[in-house]
Amino acid sequence: MYVAVKGGERAIDNAHAWLAEERRGDTDIAEMSIAQIREQLALAVDRVMAEGSLYDPDLAALAIKQARGDMIEAVFLIRAYRTTLPRFGASAPIDTGAMACDRRISATFKDLPGGQVLGPTFDYTHRLLDFALAAEGLEPSEAPEAAADMADLPHVTDFLAQEDLIQREPEGSDTPRDLTREPLDFPTDRPLRLQALSRGDEGFVLSMAYSTQRGYGRNHPFVGELRTGKVAVEMDIPELGFAIEIGEAVVTECETVNQFTGSKTEPPQFTRGYGLTFGHCERKAISMALVDRAMRWAELGEDNVGAPAQDEEFVLYHADNVQASGFLEHIKLPHYVDFQSELELIRRLRADAMAGQHQEAAE
Amino acid sequence: MQTAVLDGGLVDPARDAAFAFRAALDALSRPGTIRQIDGAEAPAPCSPAAATMIVTLCDPTTPLYVAPSHDNEALREWITFQTGAPFAAAIDAVFAIGTWDALAPLGAYAGGTPAYPDRSATLIVEVPVLEAKGAVLAGPGIETKAQLNLPEVDAFQANRAQFPLGLDFFFTYGNRVAGLPRSTRVTEG
Amino acid sequence: MTDQAYNFAYLDEQTKRMIRRAILKGVAVPGYQVPFASREMPMPYGWGTGGVQVSAACLTPDDTLKVIDQGADDTTNAVSIRKFFEKTAEVAVTEKTSEASVIQTRHRIPEEPLTEDQILVYQVPIPEPLRFLEPSEVETRKMHSLEEYGLMYVKLYEDISRHGEIATAYAYPVKVEDRYVMDPSPIPKFDNPKMESAALQLFGAGREQRIYAVPPYTKVVSLDFEDHPFDPSKAPHPCALCGAEDSYLDEVITDDRGGRMFVCSDTDFCAGRRAAGFTGEMTNTRPAPVDTEAMA
Ligand SMILES: [Zn+2]
Repeated sequence: MYVAVKGGERAIDNAHAWLAEERRGDTDIAEMSIAQIREQLALAVDRVMAEGSLYDPDLAALAIKQARGDMIEAVFLIRAYRTTLPRFGASAPIDTGAMACDRRISATFKDLPGGQVLGPTFDYTHRLLDFALAAEGLEPSEAPEAAADMADLPHVTDFLAQEDLIQREPEGSDTPRDLTREPLDFPTDRPLRLQALSRGDEGFVLSMAYSTQRGYGRNHPFVGELRTGKVAVEMDIPELGFAIEIGEAVVTECETVNQFTGSKTEPPQFTRGYGLTFGHCERKAISMALVDRAMRWAELGEDNVGAPAQDEEFVLYHADNVQASGFLEHIKLPHYVDFQSELELIRRLRADAMAGQHQEAAE
Repeated sequence: MQTAVLDGGLVDPARDAAFAFRAALDALSRPGTIRQIDGAEAPAPCSPAAATMIVTLCDPTTPLYVAPSHDNEALREWITFQTGAPFAAAIDAVFAIGTWDALAPLGAYAGGTPAYPDRSATLIVEVPVLEAKGAVLAGPGIETKAQLNLPEVDAFQANRAQFPLGLDFFFTYGNRVAGLPRSTRVTEG
Repeated sequence: MTDQAYNFAYLDEQTKRMIRRAILKGVAVPGYQVPFASREMPMPYGWGTGGVQVSAACLTPDDTLKVIDQGADDTTNAVSIRKFFEKTAEVAVTEKTSEASVIQTRHRIPEEPLTEDQILVYQVPIPEPLRFLEPSEVETRKMHSLEEYGLMYVKLYEDISRHGEIATAYAYPVKVEDRYVMDPSPIPKFDNPKMESAALQLFGAGREQRIYAVPPYTKVVSLDFEDHPFDPSKAPHPCALCGAEDSYLDEVITDDRGGRMFVCSDTDFCAGRRAAGFTGEMTNTRPAPVDTEAMA
């Protein structure tokens, strides 16, 4: 007698057991600690924090370990955890002008107050595999250190603003809407778009930004400034009547200066694109600034040339890798009911079409 | 009965609210049916049913209009402590509570927009009696016909005429609730 | 973190209130898609997060839950969702349609007529019936607000002129209470007539952040034309196991020589009939090849 496939429950349990075994790999090899991942795969940790929208390096490292290095899976783990956390309040806006910068570069001025600080960058490394790293136990020689400059580093765009050469950004008074607590509706505003981009998939935001450079909504960007470092996170405590520092976070900020010859509504002046991410994610921060600028076409009175990066609905609905990968991968779930209905339809349409051909042949 | 601000909330918030919501859902899905709903006790003149509706559905994100019939300090303090819902004028309210006369006129409330008809107020109407007779109801949720002792008929016909815009109603009395969505067609019984 | 660290039915109370308010507005405006702030769930988007959130907002400890995927209780994703609620919402579970007070489903409506005491929760991938004709949400929302559904009728009519029939076999659009065109989720069109039901039907689309509803006894009409009326028919086979002529069937390939058989997709319905003594042509035999030529 025919028996339909059963045993879904046991199959799932077995799959999970096998997965745990695979995650661990060869037990003759030492297990990785969370601290090792946090310290030695720091850029992976940063990306998971940025796209997971949760600043906790240890949890991000745990997620990477649990996800076997699958970054989108790790982001998903962090998001699913984040959504269950109670909210005690909102921090005051961070002051990136007071950032303790590890890196601060400007592509628009050769020198500027505070100077160019290259910091720990891949930029000028020659991409040659370093086989010395394969031999473990070699400690890197110590990098030379200068005394830290404790003065605040002014933003490059502030210099341009002094001459009114760049559009000023009025300070918003309203609390921005929270993308994770309200449904998305259109048209959006800039704070909401920036939130979506900041937690958007790095690859997606990179490709959208790249498309603007290649002519799909070109906006002539210069990296006015890129900075990475620690900022203080402060929170107003109503009982105290003032804000106290509750911690520090490493963030990366990019401000682009974009050429703008003016429009029907705006005078010629430079305009801005903005990117900010948790951690050291500079490719993402630059990409974000370009896409931010592309989506500002309406407020600046520019033409919508129909470029993908100008379409906020397109960008915001497709930037989230947890949404995208979930929906993409769901097509591997059983669909045999809908497939069966299609099968019947195709058989019937084919039978009709064949009958029609025979009819024609007979005539 | 004097109810303190701290008293009268749901004893087991997650489970009690689940039961209360199901009663409200059932009431709104089947206009004319009367369901038991209780668990919360608010200061007078708020019925246990209305109090339970409020703690089940209201929170800091839902502005609440308290009509003159129910506008007293004890009840306001209770609502603030139990839900955190901000008090608002009728036009800004997501929920409103009061007697039928005190809540009138219905034109004072948001009825949604053509793009977002859900952005409309829900009125919790405290009634002196709740029974399945009187006005005749037809429409979604009703197999053939249902009856409910509505305070009047014209207002609900006018509300239905705006569909898909309009207001939605819950009628509360003691520990019982009935629902009347904007989709219901009402005629004299 | 232990399971006790999570709230009853997993979601926090504020999230449940937000979902509950959206459900009530959905019930008040049948067929209209209410936006809601869908949460990230511990299962992937596209795997039932909308249905799970709606179920979580509805379940009480007194409920008995049934979960089906493709009509079956034992498909892996149905098993996984059922386990999730057993653990987090303390509900009883069943595979019997008649014993369930809440049924969460993906792609099917049970064969057995539902009752007034039941809620059917659908998992919905793309809630917007006009999405495949118009990708922009701004545009489709405008169409719904103006009740402008010409685009949909044009598409259906083009089908008829090309194929002689409407070439939509599942997720066949319906009009609810003479107002909103609604996506019934990817159920086969065979199931469409069952949407006029005694049970409350709730639809959850997590990734797309929409909830909608069809209250009991609501008018649900599958779109069609006077000269091409809606046809909910299915392939003309009886179930090979229980002999049912009126149930939706899965096609099972039994060998590599074109052998196939048809069995009920609703596993509980089929098991119930077999328990009552009904038999099909393969009840006591090995599967035999079916002549596909003869079937066409
Ligand atoms: Zn069968």
